[in-house]
Amino acid sequence: MSNTFIKDQVLPFCKGCGHSTIAINTEKALTKLGMNPLDVILVTDIGCHGIIDKSFNTHTVHGLHGRSVALGAGISAGITNPDKKVIVFIGDGGATIGMQHIIDAAHNGYNMTVVIHNNMLYGMTGGQPSEYTPMGFKTPTKLSGSTKPSYDICKIVAAAGGTYVRRVMGIGDFSDALAEAFGRPGFSLVEVMEICPSYGVKFNPEMKLSKVVENAGLATEVIADLPAKPYATDRREALPSLFSPSDVIPAQAEIRLQAGTSTHGELRIMMCGSAGEGTQVAAELLARAGIRAGLHATKKGSYPVTVGVGFSAAEVILSPDEINYTGTVTPDYMIITSKDGLDFGRKAAGRMKSGKIFLDESLESPATGAEIIRFPFREKTGARNASFMGVFYFLHDTNLLPVEVMVDSFNENKISKKVSADQFLQLLTA
Amino acid sequence: MMMKKKQIIFTDSSKLITESLVRAGADVFIGYPITPANLLYAYSERRFPIFFAAPDEITTLQWMSGFAVAGHLPVTATSFPGYALMIESINMAYMMELPMVIVLIQRLGPATGTATCGAQGDLNVVNGTLSGGYPLPCLSMSSISDCWELPPKALQMAADLRTPVVLLSSKEEVMTYRSIDMSDLGEVQPVKKPEFSVKDSYLPYAPAENLVPGFLPVTQDEYQVRITASTHDATGIIQNTTPAALGNTARLSQKIRKNLDHYLYYDYDRQEGAKTLLITYGITTQAAADAIRDYRESGNKASLLVMKTLLPVHAKYFEICNDYDHVIIAEENLEGELRKIMFGQADIGRVIGVNKIGQMIEPGEIIKTLEDHE
Repeated sequence: MSNTFIKDQVLPFCKGCGHSTIAINTEKALTKLGMNPLDVILVTDIGCHGIIDKSFNTHTVHGLHGRSVALGAGISAGITNPDKKVIVFIGDGGATIGMQHIIDAAHNGYNMTVVIHNNMLYGMTGGQPSEYTPMGFKTPTKLSGSTKPSYDICKIVAAAGGTYVRRVMGIGDFSDALAEAFGRPGFSLVEVMEICPSYGVKFNPEMKLSKVVENAGLATEVIADLPAKPYATDRREALPSLFSPSDVIPAQAEIRLQAGTSTHGELRIMMCGSAGEGTQVAAELLARAGIRAGLHATKKGSYPVTVGVGFSAAEVILSPDEINYTGTVTPDYMIITSKDGLDFGRKAAGRMKSGKIFLDESLESPATGAEIIRFPFREKTGARNASFMGVFYFLHDTNLLPVEVMVDSFNENKISKKVSADQFLQLLTA
Repeated sequence: MMMKKKQIIFTDSSKLITESLVRAGADVFIGYPITPANLLYAYSERRFPIFFAAPDEITTLQWMSGFAVAGHLPVTATSFPGYALMIESINMAYMMELPMVIVLIQRLGPATGTATCGAQGDLNVVNGTLSGGYPLPCLSMSSISDCWELPPKALQMAADLRTPVVLLSSKEEVMTYRSIDMSDLGEVQPVKKPEFSVKDSYLPYAPAENLVPGFLPVTQDEYQVRITASTHDATGIIQNTTPAALGNTARLSQKIRKNLDHYLYYDYDRQEGAKTLLITYGITTQAAADAIRDYRESGNKASLLVMKTLLPVHAKYFEICNDYDHVIIAEENLEGELRKIMFGQADIGRVIGVNKIGQMIEPGEIIKTLEDHE
């Protein structure tokens, strides 16, 4: 492999294009740093600048318009050898599309250098203005000139945490500026100012690059120069399994479940309460109690996306056999502890032709063929514990599982540190 | 006979998927949280050696692609709104031939739809992800054991074929808790990365016999690596529509079809004498299993095919279908996505859909359709 960075060939840009100057200065800068071509990963994307990769002897990665900084960031974070250098070439169009990626990469401080080829317009698609087109600068699709000032990307990147940020004129030798950026661990950015010879010069014949840049208020200077902040990806070895022996639920007893109304001996219990009132936890503990009793169990929750308000419903299935279908069918039992829960569960209650609904005393009875059993769950234990009370009451009434199994299930949960199972048991026998 | 000791736990499948992916050798999770894939995100944060919280789904896929260029096997999990944002970047990764797994958890659409309601509405989107209609591999999980066994297979397929692979599931499958016996879950075999050594010179996209090019990461400094999303030949340099470049693009499809036999997963419960075949996948498998059981208990006959390798549709499935007078396809969407992917838009009488949105299809609804087509 050649030690030169650019192949011996004519560069693929229009005559007078600053992109060629950037390529030549990049090679000079890398040579000054004593780097080898395959130490460098050159990431480019769509736009005139992106066709340079075929001319480079480095590794090259050519991606989507505006996304090269994010792609380069992934490469940088994925590389473990610090002697590799990720350089991203991007145009002002790409830097408009992918500005979030640039800010984000600076903010995270990935080891990479972004070189913005700012020729003040989208060149490949016919010369549309980008967000980097200065006020008054004319382009083929904006003949009266851009009506708003350009972004000062250097100030934005400096604010985001770039360690070395600099704007240069894309004329002559600026390889020292590039070398400074390439050699700085952490995130660096160099914005190179150019005028597109095909669309910029033609429509703004009276304008000189230096004047355009000056009028735009864009200082060609070092905007940020901070101590190097090398980035290292946090790799955590040997993290513990998501499953631990303590997850295993002890089997306490083999219970012969009384068949519910469904054909295969499955028992479906629907709990309907309000967010923040323990419905999901209570349903899970009921399912775990079933598992302790040797049964198969499933539990699924239903709640609005705003998990902190509104209804909170859970369906528990207990079965002596393996459970396939977990969709909503007519429940055998319902435990309804709040108005939100009642509103959500009304339809299911309406489908019940038998079974029982354990309903908080404060609520109106839904239309149902089930027997309704009222109990002041909320009043006796407070809203937060109403669902737990509901489960204990349900088991006490139906005798489907021994209450003791539910007590053990309850006691293994941290909720038992706040409220004692005895409190519920006393109410059952009161 | 010694009974093995049961180890019953109560868990959701998101945890199984995450754990099996890590055990299989996926080392990077990058994601943006979205319901109902958020449990996968949360578990991955606890479990993956490298975890990155991306600011959005486009960045997610770009970072994943970067990690893949550096030699990693990255994973993400998302739902349709996130997947939609990823599509251009998935095209990029496919064209670049980068291995990765995208776990897609379906919810009710279109658009933001209902985030907390399950669905099977994204198969058409996955099937149409790639411009040009190129096959994007898609495996679908249909059971607890699938949630343990298929993620490593998806990862292996991604590594072997150098392609993004979509691992499809839905809200009810990954968020519902189930009692499972851990001792039933087999050991996860780590993914074997394809062996590759350079003979003389390295061309980044020169295919091996199986049509997959050997991969070298950009972390090495012996051979120049060129990766590109634009039309290219074996050199990895952008080309116009030259024969070599077009041949390379066509190879992207050919490599997947040629090797698909190695990644064909399905369950076929064939009943002798049955004239009706019930096909399903994903979450509707639960209802289909119950429906078939009850239907047979009533003295009727029907076979059940659960497709796990969904895309591209393997010829084997059509072979199976040809043995039946009626094919019923049950899936939780309105339009019959798998049905149309397999059999087209024309209303052919022997293929019937059972479809529904907003709720899981019930066993009774499948049984009724089976009875209607006896």
